[in-house]
Amino acid sequence: MPRLTSRAEFEEWRQSVLASWEPSKPCITVCGGTGCRALGAKEVTAALGRELKKQGLQDKVDLKMTGCHGFCERGPLVVVYPQQIFYQGVTAEDVPDIVSETLVKGNPVERKLYVDPVTGQPVVHEPDVPFYREQKRVLMKYNGLIIPTKIEDYIAIGGYQALCKALFEMTPEQVIEEIKRSGLRGRGGAGFPTGRKWEECRRADGDVKYVICNADEGDPGAYQDRSLVEGNPHSILEGIIIGAYAVGAHEGFIYIRHEYPLAVENITRAIEQAEAYGLLGKNILGSGFDFTFKVHRGAGAFVCGESSALMRSIEGYAGEPRAKRIHATEKGLWDRPTVLNNVKTWASVPYIINNGADWFAQMGTATSKGTMVFSLVGKVNNTGLVEVPMGATLRHLVFDIGGGISSGKKCKAVQTGGPSGGCIPERLLDLPVDYEALTEAGSIMGSGGLIVMDEDTCMVDVARYFLHFTMEESCGKCTACREGSRRMYEILERIVHGKGQEGDVERLQEIGEAMIAGSLCALGRMAPNPVLSTIRYFRDEYEAHIRDKRCPAAVCKDLITFSVIAENCTGCGVCLRNCPQGAITGEKKQVHHIDPNKCIRCGICREVCRFNAIKVE
Amino acid sequence: MFDVNKVDAVIEKHGAEQRALTAMLQDIQSEYNYLPREALERIAQKMNLPLIQVYQVAKFYKAFSLEPRGKHSITVCLGTACHVRGGVAIADQVGRLLGVKPGETTKDRRFSFDTVNCLGCCALGPVMVVDGQYYGKMAASKVERVLQKYMEEEVAANA
Repeated sequence: MPRLTSRAEFEEWRQSVLASWEPSKPCITVCGGTGCRALGAKEVTAALGRELKKQGLQDKVDLKMTGCHGFCERGPLVVVYPQQIFYQGVTAEDVPDIVSETLVKGNPVERKLYVDPVTGQPVVHEPDVPFYREQKRVLMKYNGLIIPTKIEDYIAIGGYQALCKALFEMTPEQVIEEIKRSGLRGRGGAGFPTGRKWEECRRADGDVKYVICNADEGDPGAYQDRSLVEGNPHSILEGIIIGAYAVGAHEGFIYIRHEYPLAVENITRAIEQAEAYGLLGKNILGSGFDFTFKVHRGAGAFVCGESSALMRSIEGYAGEPRAKRIHATEKGLWDRPTVLNNVKTWASVPYIINNGADWFAQMGTATSKGTMVFSLVGKVNNTGLVEVPMGATLRHLVFDIGGGISSGKKCKAVQTGGPSGGCIPERLLDLPVDYEALTEAGSIMGSGGLIVMDEDTCMVDVARYFLHFTMEESCGKCTACREGSRRMYEILERIVHGKGQEGDVERLQEIGEAMIAGSLCALGRMAPNPVLSTIRYFRDEYEAHIRDKRCPAAVCKDLITFSVIAENCTGCGVCLRNCPQGAITGEKKQVHHIDPNKCIRCGICREVCRFNAIKVE
Repeated sequence: MFDVNKVDAVIEKHGAEQRALTAMLQDIQSEYNYLPREALERIAQKMNLPLIQVYQVAKFYKAFSLEPRGKHSITVCLGTACHVRGGVAIADQVGRLLGVKPGETTKDRRFSFDTVNCLGCCALGPVMVVDGQYYGKMAASKVERVLQKYMEEEVAANA
């Protein structure tokens, strides 16, 4: 394929792609996200290939391994088009039935259908599964439909038309105006208005400017950016090229975690394809606009998700943040004007250009427009990626989409915003999720991780977990962050070990305030959030640990004891054989006993006991 | 074995510029599974930098190891989702069975043990990964059986 040198040539190519794209042709898609791959999606795809061949269907049916479909809990996922018959938990053994029943005869394979836990009825079609039905998918819409490494698939769903529109029908100022009017705000967490950022960069002095895509998704429990880069890399690329045109940048980078090898591979392929077709490089589609784009792999430093640290890292140094008295839009990468946006922000751009600012702005709340992709994880039934309009309530996310709490116990809190966010208690679940509401509740939007916690989660332990994270990831530049996180962690350590002292809660609050005041970057300024928010909503748990030396959730090892419930114990001996410490004694068919002095509270006895005879308190 | 020509080829490929330093170190790390001191010295020499500046970058990023790594790599996820589902108990059990702490390698260099802050497959949590193979919905009581498999393979390979 020669480089396309005009809009007309692009249109001609697009028409030829559309001519060979048959939406009515049977197609079977397998989710190729990391979760489904870990559960055997590759084997399922291979088995489907073999079976289609065996039954002579290889030319009549398309087989696609796509990006992440989002319903990770039920993987590996398989969807049969055009009917959109949805199968979950598919193994290679199920493949012959799926091919001969569904593809040949058109009947669903009952045993692989999703059963709605509320009605008890099987659900045949993907859009009817409650997990999908309750979502509003914009950015994730095509993840399950296209092969991420095939540019033709992206073209067939309307790809690069927004770029054409921007390059040939709009001035850079008009593009910026459209983005401003849409109300799009940064999806990395801070929520800065995207159009304003672009405008500042456009107006900044200098010929050399840069655009950067931040794909250094470091918050634990958040993986939506990875799924977008893996599943629809061209949509991100298209957004970035449009942004570069708007601000007047000719070089750009995507900074991506090295822990995401598939995402690196897919975006690299996308860049190569876009270059080959003349959608990147010199004189894009004959418009006179030049833009080159490169991948920079991160090397494992959470702080590099912070914009100034990320830029320092691209420059080849240790990624330490710097003071941002002067915005990156004036002095960013190599001191040049730079626009840095999150993956989801860039991915939103083509949709806004294609559908218009008004279409985007009608979704969401007064101050937060569009949709947001969350990763819903933790003690929830339907772990996965969910996309909803801004302003959806946490309760809707956790219960209607997430299917409620996996343990059957009560929901205690939802943690948003990763190590920079906070824990929102169950009683506030009707909170609409937008930037302002979450900040007011002591948390942040962040990059979209939602971790659901139940009664078995100790909030002091969670606070300690995040402080440990921050302490390890603090780059050490600012004293308040480096020392503050260490001191806070020490105090939390002693509280969970039963050595808490009166005044510890106040000390935590005081150090937290100092960190907020004295840290240069958001890592340090927001690190106290998990502690301060849990003190705000769960102070009684702190006090139980400090005063009564008791962990109400029975998590903190030094404050709990394991014992045998005599009425339930059958004397089967399983716990005795599995105890790594030899702390359990007892005759066969007699009630067993745990020696508290030998017990290390590893929990193995409770795991292996089939009679619910181990008590933890 | 350390081969200076390999390091030179990496430097050649990326160009001896500051902006390419991390990419060079990544290539060397994937070649040797750690960063040999000689490689850092060679880069410093070629880039005309004090060794400390190369060392600073090597030390800053977690993907780099300055020590040789074990033959098998065991990773226990301690992302928030895995944490609330009991990931710590898995990590404790691995550490107990191997006699090493996270970030360490067993004396016989058979196993390196690490914890990570999220593998992004939270539906499988708690998760542990051995040599790229994912073990989902783990329990402390299952760790020994998983490790046993790799230990037996070792014994069989040596026999």
